[in-house]
Amino acid sequence: MQKEIELLRFTTAGSVDDGKSTLIGRLLYDCKSIFEDQLESVQKSSARKGLAHVDLALLTDGLKDEREQGITIDVAYRYFATPKRKFIIADTPGHIQYTRNMVTGASTANLALVLIDARKGVIEQTHRHSIIASLLQIPHLLVCINKMDLVDYDQDTFDEIVETYRQFAAKLDVQDVHFIPMSALDGDNVVNRSEKMDWYEGPTLLHTLENVHIGSDHNHIDCRFPVQTVIRPHLDEYHDYRGYAGRIASGIFKPGDEVVALPSGFKSKIKAINSPEGELDEAFAPMSVTITLTDDIDISRGDMIARTNNQPKVVQDLDIMMCWLNNDGSKPRGKYTIRHTSNEAKAMITDIIYKLDVNTLHRNEEDKVLNMNDILRVKLRTTRPLLVDTYNRNRHTGSIILVDDVTNETVAAGMII
Amino acid sequence: MHSYYLSHLRELEAESIYVLREVDAQFEKPAILFSGGKDSLVVTHLAKKAFSPAKIPFPLLHIDTGHNFPETIQFRDDLVAILGAKLIVGSVQKSINDGRVAEERGINASRNILQTTTLLDAIEEYQLDACIGGARRDEEKARAKERFFSHRDEFGQWDPKNQRPELWNIFNGKHHHGEHFRVFPISNWTEMDVWQYILDERIQVPSLYTAHERAVVERNGTFIPKSEFIQLRDGEKFVKKMLRFRTLGDITITGGIESEADTIEKVIAEVAAARQTERGNREDDKRSDTAMEDRKKEGYF
Repeated sequence: MQKEIELLRFTTAGSVDDGKSTLIGRLLYDCKSIFEDQLESVQKSSARKGLAHVDLALLTDGLKDEREQGITIDVAYRYFATPKRKFIIADTPGHIQYTRNMVTGASTANLALVLIDARKGVIEQTHRHSIIASLLQIPHLLVCINKMDLVDYDQDTFDEIVETYRQFAAKLDVQDVHFIPMSALDGDNVVNRSEKMDWYEGPTLLHTLENVHIGSDHNHIDCRFPVQTVIRPHLDEYHDYRGYAGRIASGIFKPGDEVVALPSGFKSKIKAINSPEGELDEAFAPMSVTITLTDDIDISRGDMIARTNNQPKVVQDLDIMMCWLNNDGSKPRGKYTIRHTSNEAKAMITDIIYKLDVNTLHRNEEDKVLNMNDILRVKLRTTRPLLVDTYNRNRHTGSIILVDDVTNETVAAGMII
Repeated sequence: MHSYYLSHLRELEAESIYVLREVDAQFEKPAILFSGGKDSLVVTHLAKKAFSPAKIPFPLLHIDTGHNFPETIQFRDDLVAILGAKLIVGSVQKSINDGRVAEERGINASRNILQTTTLLDAIEEYQLDACIGGARRDEEKARAKERFFSHRDEFGQWDPKNQRPELWNIFNGKHHHGEHFRVFPISNWTEMDVWQYILDERIQVPSLYTAHERAVVERNGTFIPKSEFIQLRDGEKFVKKMLRFRTLGDITITGGIESEADTIEKVIAEVAAARQTERGNREDDKRSDTAMEDRKKEGYF
């Protein structure tokens, strides 16, 4: 067995100008995660475009249109590893017209990199990226104050930006914020410590990524097990076997636990928990397991197994922070399929409370028209009760999507308040 | 005091199993696209775990170009027998015989592109609504943009600019009749993750992945194996080399790398030190900068 390492998923937002691609390129390059043939291909493409430098953005921009137009359109995933951790980067475009892609990239991240150009300080785009990180409840924020080489590595400039950011962040729901002065172009404080900023005593970007504590990012308190599918082997030796397969959303489950199946309310005890590694004494998020119960009760996909003394709320009226993802706006009184954990129902948007300006946090209560990339506070009514928690308590049982029944497209993502 | 965290491999495994179970729940007739390569072997192994103690609820679909390494076919048949799974074979030779496609001509001819028609015909014939593949986002730049659940229209085409957003772990597999999905459970795995998992789980892989002696011809900086399908060009000759293959495609387009790594442990050490990407020896990807994106749009794997 190889040494066990943890997985950290982080998101970045930004355009070529902020030096985001340079930063990612630098991180991959200094961690030796760029291959020679990749670099060669990027060098060739850069030369063909008549560029003087090697455009590392060509590494992340994968589609023909992106490469031709020199912009990131869609979320791109990149991978690298150090002896301490494996990293998945969700690299997203930063412009306001791509809010939906930033939200998508943020939805699975443990950590967000927010880039600030030291010459420009905290600007509208900084607000936007931070607000999205806060809305999506990314547990850790890493504010990279980049291009320090262009402000003579000046400590006062750095301190001022940190102070301005802190004042702004006080209005947000963020817990863990780190600040790092760096120059991605030269590699200062990215992987290697800067010799030009001896006034900075904190860790480098990579050191922070490797050591930030992510063990508490999962909710290990509220036991929630959404049933994905029921396993019935139809084999003689497993004649009466009924296994409930799913991925633990939160909490810790043990054989012998008294549990309740929802929405039916039938109670039973956990007989055994099977995992890919065999039978377990305890199981926790984000494991995929199969649970068997001591009683033969009726449970199917969409149901949830919880502890008797700690249950999700059963609701048909939901308060949601929603991001509209689709080109087409909402139909008046339009009906959608709502998907929540492994469950689904029909839903209708009954009220739009306000639209949130992702640059200023301003709430507009007059504008009720839904456009792509809008973030809105809405009320939803569902045809059947859902078993939910609030998003800030539980990312998995507090999130929903809306699917258009005509086009089958995913048109909205929502966080339950 | 327990620490409640999963190692990166176990977290990836849990994610892939979750995706496979979603396929079972959301689709009527899924199949696993099985090539005999390491990635499809890992997907098959994960499917076995996802539904244990029941059998894998999907058939395996192999698109047979007729230009296989003989080792691959033997390996496939042995595995299908062990799993007790159903095997569906789509034959490119039959597509050629039926006039559905024409054999490529010229010195760089291969059957790589022809597979797309055979695959789409098989999807239609068996009315498959989901095909589970072993593609990974780290393999190639167009694949880096893939979703776990990737929609294909009624012509089997991929529209990379109009993909459904995928948030959290809520997957939307809704589709109209005649459309299908490609599903990629190991999207987030890297080549290294795949090899470490193969080692940890003792998954059997074809011997082609470990170093062995073989007659090859050097062409375009890689070593193409001797087979009945390859013709020597002026100045070329077959030589014996110790080598192994990093990926397995058709025998006509898959180049080997010189290697002494004759165990999985040594392969892992080699992968860790590699300075070239995994698909660097694939002639099919070298045709143009966007060769993979272009093929994927048409319905390729």
